[in-house]
Amino acid sequence: MSSVTLSNIVKRFGTFTAVHQTTLEIPDGAFVTLLGPSGCGKTTNLRMIAGLLDPTEGEILVGGKRVNDVPIHKRNLGIVFQNYALFPHKTVAENVAFGLKYRDVSKADVKKRVQDALDLVQLPDVGDRYPKALSGGQQQRIALARAIVVQPDVLLLDEPLSALDANLREDMRVELKRIQDRIGVTTVFVTHDQSEALAMSDQIVVMSNGRVEQVGTPQDVYNRPASEFVANFLGASNILPARCLSRGPDGALLDAELFGQVTVPADKAETVPGEGPAKLVLRAEKLLLMAEGTAADGMVTAPATVETVDYQGQTVRYFIRVGDRQLQAINLIDGHPFEEGTGVQVGFRPKDCSALGQG
Amino acid sequence: MMAPLGWQLIRGWAILVYLFMFLPVAVVVLLSFNASQFGSFPMTGFSFRWFVELWNNDAILRAFQTSMILGALTAVISTTLGVLASLALVRYRVPGANAVTTMLIAPILVPEVVLAVALLLFLNFLGINKSFTLLLFGHVIFTLPFVILVVQARLVSIRRDVEEAAMSLGASPMQTFFQITLPLMMPAVLAGGLFAFTISFDDITGTLFWKPGGVETVPTQIFAMLRNSISPEINALGTVMIFLTVGLPLLGAAIARKISNKGGT
Repeated sequence: MSSVTLSNIVKRFGTFTAVHQTTLEIPDGAFVTLLGPSGCGKTTNLRMIAGLLDPTEGEILVGGKRVNDVPIHKRNLGIVFQNYALFPHKTVAENVAFGLKYRDVSKADVKKRVQDALDLVQLPDVGDRYPKALSGGQQQRIALARAIVVQPDVLLLDEPLSALDANLREDMRVELKRIQDRIGVTTVFVTHDQSEALAMSDQIVVMSNGRVEQVGTPQDVYNRPASEFVANFLGASNILPARCLSRGPDGALLDAELFGQVTVPADKAETVPGEGPAKLVLRAEKLLLMAEGTAADGMVTAPATVETVDYQGQTVRYFIRVGDRQLQAINLIDGHPFEEGTGVQVGFRPKDCSALGQG
Repeated sequence: MMAPLGWQLIRGWAILVYLFMFLPVAVVVLLSFNASQFGSFPMTGFSFRWFVELWNNDAILRAFQTSMILGALTAVISTTLGVLASLALVRYRVPGANAVTTMLIAPILVPEVVLAVALLLFLNFLGINKSFTLLLFGHVIFTLPFVILVVQARLVSIRRDVEEAAMSLGASPMQTFFQITLPLMMPAVLAGGLFAFTISFDDITGTLFWKPGGVETVPTQIFAMLRNSISPEINALGTVMIFLTVGLPLLGAAIARKISNKGGT
């Protein structure tokens, strides 16, 4: 196990810059997620750590040692790929044992370690089968077993859950986290799925257009987004133009469009320097629809009209018109959802919103 | 119940087409067992006589040996080159990869006679004499496209991440090739090799141009024999060739299927 450091990494493909000046510290034993839309550079970063790509500039350190010039097969990594990448012509046991061939491990030990790995992924009896006889979820577990059996310094997971169907994905998410906790290996996880990132990570690195937008715990990036991009990428947010009137120890007083004056807690308005233009970030889950005339203590409210109702079972997503803007709200269904065209009252608690400085 | 008339006609027609295609072959096989002096109907009795004569005909045996050696060498060299070329073209960024592919496939598109004359003139220009090596060289040029087409198609379907997984687990690029890539390509490599062998074994046009004096392959030997007379021996030789050229690829395909079934893709 080792920490991983990216130091001033730049990666260009021809004239296209996939990764801009990135510096990242991944502590020993941590589960760190690189999160972002496709093309944001997250996979490029992972492949550079793996040694499948060479950085154009900068250094990559694993356990404090520079590995830029170490070829992939000498880096002692475990990689799990999106499409499992099992060897189709080898049995499951041969697949798992593959990495041990290149390490000094006695025959008896190989057998034991393969079995231990298969036990760990809860597939103890499939050693003699060929990969194609297994389901997608099982194949992904074998791929994980194959990656961890060599006791890698770093475990790299490249969208390992994306090829699985929804139910299985959630099971595997829990399973993957359990195994990572158990063996404590430093893990870099790449995904575009915010719920995977929020559920599994110690730290999330949100990326966009080859740049790191924010690094923080899941709660940090969710509750205190550092940029408009982060606010929108992790769940739906409404972003309203506002003006900061003053900033004090108890928060920033904003005068926002549609809702008027709102006091945003100080720790959620860290990017607001002081008086001047700013933005109010309202999460769709925090914007509540109420029947007209409902008493809403401690809430900032405004009248609105329901435009579109997107029924999702447990919750409902409303698109509502407030003044000249359309906002999004995701509410739990209590009784019946509001119908399209209904006049309602929308509101939120100031402590639930956050603010961004301009730019 | 009878099928509608239209379908019966189509069925009848299909049978005629098959007869047209395979009757001559069947006749050759049949006549090779004819006891008569003349390789023609009516048959006068069943005999292995012509196969025995064939076996005792030194010229044919020599030609057969030449063809086998030539075919085997062609298969080995073409397959090796084809696998390497396919690897380069599919797995690495080669400048002008498309042009290279076209050039490698071109020998299929160029009429064989043109290719044969061109190679001969070129070597003449270089002052190199005809030799067995030149013959082999010609056959390799001519069979390489088939190997590349087959191997390339297979290689494209082998996912790159399987190789990356092997390397991440500690296998060097060379070990990855022999442990992962080559076994996965094997059915195509074998098929390509068999193609090369049968094409080389069958070839007459190029061979006539390229062979040095005194060297005959089975097809050129038959050709030479036909110039004098139609000996029933030729029927026997034809039968042997049919079993070789039809049987070998079938055997190869069966082996390939067995190998790929074991691993699957």
